[in-house]
Amino acid sequence: MKPYLRDKVPTTLSEIPDHTAYEAGYLVTKNAGWRNIRPVINLEKCVGCLQCYLYCPDGVISKEENKVRLDYDFCKGCGICKKMCHFDAIQMEVEK
Amino acid sequence: MSLTGKTLNEEEFFYGHKACAGCGGSLAVRIALKVLGERAVAVLPAGCMSAVAFNFPQLCFGNNAMISTFAGTASMLTGVEAGLRAQGINDFQAVGFAGDGGTADIGIQALSGAIDRNDNILYICYDNEAYMNTGIQKSSLTPFGAKTTTTPAGENIRGNLRPKKNMFEITAAHGIAYAATASIGFLNDFMNKVEKASKIKGTKYIHVIAPCPTGWGTATDETIDFAKEIVDCGLWYLAEYENDEFILNYKPTEFTDVETYLRKQSRFAQLTDEDIQVVRESRDKKWERIQKNYKVK
Repeated sequence: MKPYLRDKVPTTLSEIPDHTAYEAGYLVTKNAGWRNIRPVINLEKCVGCLQCYLYCPDGVISKEENKVRLDYDFCKGCGICKKMCHFDAIQMEVEK
Repeated sequence: MSLTGKTLNEEEFFYGHKACAGCGGSLAVRIALKVLGERAVAVLPAGCMSAVAFNFPQLCFGNNAMISTFAGTASMLTGVEAGLRAQGINDFQAVGFAGDGGTADIGIQALSGAIDRNDNILYICYDNEAYMNTGIQKSSLTPFGAKTTTTPAGENIRGNLRPKKNMFEITAAHGIAYAATASIGFLNDFMNKVEKASKIKGTKYIHVIAPCPTGWGTATDETIDFAKEIVDCGLWYLAEYENDEFILNYKPTEFTDVETYLRKQSRFAQLTDEDIQVVRESRDKKWERIQKNYKVK
């Protein structure tokens, strides 16, 4: 199962477990704020070779209709995807 | 059919974690779990990957995962495997992800014990060549010449004086069922080794080089480049051990210059030309031994 963002952030004593186990894949914060630059995919140049998807340390690039799509909520802007792209389909742009 | 980006499981099991941008270790964990699937039960000792994944309530593993004691990765894997088997559960893979310190220093006796018992577990060491989580202290897998906070570069001593411990051959010397080295710069090789290991009964050990931009002093987008270059310049190698035999999977036709590799990282900035010659000579010696003792594919 892919971890995903939940609406509920456990805060009160009764919501916090009294043991050391909890639900898997429970996300309450995004990583988007870490980024100074963002990758932008040019889908016309993308050939769907999936090298960016494969090498992304955060797994934020997924397959979509023989090409790729990017989850900006969790991208940290490391730039590895741009380096892996042999088709010049990814550009890093300054975050505004 | 061998695994590639196109045939790999599309599901993500390691997501939303707080690893530094460009982290090599998180890529190794992510890819290994995609190969093993949701029936993998992961055990992580203290180290980067547990620190970035378990920040309650931010829990970044989609499969079952737990933190072990620092020294106890392999012994907890033994327990997980025996416990599930005792309950009649058989469709799982107990997998450990420990860093270089958690493997080669602190967890080595538990790992040695597990290999001795030949427990049916997979142990993956993601090697970023120092204790990165606690702020870059030397481990026994830190290479010669690397500057860390416990091997600082001064006037007389320029970084770490000791060579990298040979964990791969140490595990092989136990007569382990399967051991392999890998690099996140060669993911197809790594994925297929993880898959192969998951099908072998007994203890499996995979040692994967995972560059750390924070500790190595490199740009975040260069992680993969360094993971490739360390293999191309001969300071790391892709190999396997099984059935009492060492196999070299990949031999660069000609090594790239060690100096180029070292000079690009700030942890090696203090090295003199003589130090670099020491690195070059130890590489050549290592490869002489590889040529002699390994079957070259």
